[in-house]
Order: sequence, then C-alpha cells, then structure tokens
Amino acid sequence: MSDPKIEGYEFKPGFKGMAQDTGSDQTMFKGVHWGKAMMWIFLLSDTFIFSCFLISYMKGRGSTLIDWPNTSEVFSLHVGSTPVPLLLIAIMTFVLITSSGTMALAVKYGYEKNRKMCGWLILATAIGGLTFVGMQAFEWSKLIHEGVRPWENPFGAKQFGSFFFMITGFHGTHVSIGVIFLFIYAYKTFKGHYDEGKRGWFTTMKGNYVEIEILGLYWHFVDLVWVFIFAFFYLW
Amino acid sequence: MSSMSEKEQSTTHKIGIYLWIWGLLFVLSFFSYMVDWYQFQGLLRWSLILLFMFLKAGLIMAFFMHLFWERYALVNVLLWPMTAIGCFIFLMVAEFKYTVFTRLFYFVVGGQ
Repeated sequence: MSDPKIEGYEFKPGFKGMAQDTGSDQTMFKGVHWGKAMMWIFLLSDTFIFSCFLISYMKGRGSTLIDWPNTSEVFSLHVGSTPVPLLLIAIMTFVLITSSGTMALAVKYGYEKNRKMCGWLILATAIGGLTFVGMQAFEWSKLIHEGVRPWENPFGAKQFGSFFFMITGFHGTHVSIGVIFLFIYAYKTFKGHYDEGKRGWFTTMKGNYVEIEILGLYWHFVDLVWVFIFAFFYLW
Repeated sequence: MSSMSEKEQSTTHKIGIYLWIWGLLFVLSFFSYMVDWYQFQGLLRWSLILLFMFLKAGLIMAFFMHLFWERYALVNVLLWPMTAIGCFIFLMVAEFKYTVFTRLFYFVVGGQ
C-alpha cells in the first residue's frame, strides 16, 4: 500500500529514495506508519529466532548417528485402512494458505473502507487459524499416544521429539496469538472503530485501517514460517 | 510515523493479483506435496523442495506482504539480514559431517 504523503517531503523511488530515506532528517521510513515499521522489525527478529531453530535442527539431524524417523510414515493418516502419507500436514498447509489469502483480501477491503467485507474476511481468517491450531493439537496428541517424547520415540533418532515439539510448538503459539488478535480485530472492524478513528486500549493512536495491514503482516509471517517448516521438517 | 490524518492516498491493488497469487500458492503447495507422494529421492527431492519453498516464500513476501511495492529502504533493511542468516545456516549445515566425524573419532579413540 502506498504510504500517506508528508508536506514538503517528496519521496523518490528506487535506490535514490533509499539513500534519501536512510540518510534523512530525524526519522527513517518517512511517512510509514510507525506500527508498520515496528511490526517489520519485530518480524525480522522473529525470523532470527526461527532461524536458530532451523540451524540447530539441521545440525542435529545431520550429525545424529541413528537414522532419522521417516516423516512420511510418522505423519501419515489412515483413510479406511490405507495409510496416506502426510495427509494431515497437507490439509494444515492448505488451511493456512487459505487463511493467508483471506487476510490479504481483508487488508485490501480495509483500505477501500469496505467495513463489512473486511470484517467477514478477518473472521474467516481467524476461523482458518483456529482450525489449524485444532489440527495441530490433534497431531500432537496422536504422536504423544504413539510414544513420542522430547527425549525418546519409537521411530528412530531421539532428537526427533525435542525438535518436533519445540519447532511446531513455537509456531503453534504464534498461530494461537494471531487467532486471538484476529478475533479482537474482527470485533473492532465490525464495530467500526477504524472508520470512526476510535482509540485502542493501550495507545493514544487513533484507529485506522493500517492496523489491519499490520495484523496482516504478522499473519502472513506465520504462514511464511510454516512454508519453511513444511519443507525442512516434514518433506525432507 | 506521522500518518495520522494526512491526506490518505492509499491506493489498493486489483483483486485479481491477490487471487492469482493465492491460486499459485495452492498449486505450489500441491506440487511440493506431490514430491513426497511420488517419493522422489536424493538431489531431485532436495532441489524440488527448495524450489517450491523459495517460490512460495517469495510470493507471500512480495505480494501478500506488499514488499514488491514497498520502498527500497525497507526492502533492504529486511532482506540483507535474512541473506546473512541464510549464509549462517548454510555454514552450519555444511559442517555437520565434521561433527559426525569428531564424534565417531573420539568415541573410538577416546578423548585425551
């Protein structure tokens, strides 16, 4: 989305604009909503946390002497009597992508000041996220019943359990927090807080549809992390 | 900052682009699932997984997170640290054989 204009400040596109922005007076990212800039900084630091998990996971998996469990079998679901590999994980992936798409549309309708459409799409996103967390809880309980623990499991290398619970647990926490905020924002949207410029709880900032975009950034990031978990943890 | 009540000039993008990206993400996810379904192994599996992963991540960041339309200052602030940490991950992963080697070596010889 294009950022609002500031009096007496003309933003140049491309690398010229970058030099101008980085070396600008008083503040960088002139005209960008501070919440949006801060959300990006937060997401960058969150990337670092997940990257630490990824490093330790890759290193741990690479350097273990016992074979890693075959994820394709461990995460298979039985449909009737035939095991379908990674079925639940595939469904979870599609659910999360669907919710990411509805969120992107919610941001778009928010900026068009289409309150109803925006609210319904945020609600749809929240329900998608809730479905995802539910399926993850099911997956966890299934594995725990099968005897997977952070310190041992019946399928192979012992490190599997600790990496699995740590990485998916941390991601699931992100999704859960996102779902809570999605429900709150859906309520605020339907109430028209962003149209009236009503102030939030912890801030003197007036309500504005840019908040939907900030929430959207967080939600897309959760989806982004899942893309990497899906590739490295489940498919590898 | 200071976007409180300046003239709001936020232009939105056409709905088509979001639907296209959405559809592409579905197709790419389906493809990466197919990699497991057909049990590709070795280098083929690796390259396909990574290709689909980076395409999906790129699409989400560029269009859903609007990075494609953002100013270069923000894009660079985000992508350079990520590139650095990507190198870090690569370095650590490239070393795992050495870890296995030292582990085996000292199990057999005994650390003195």
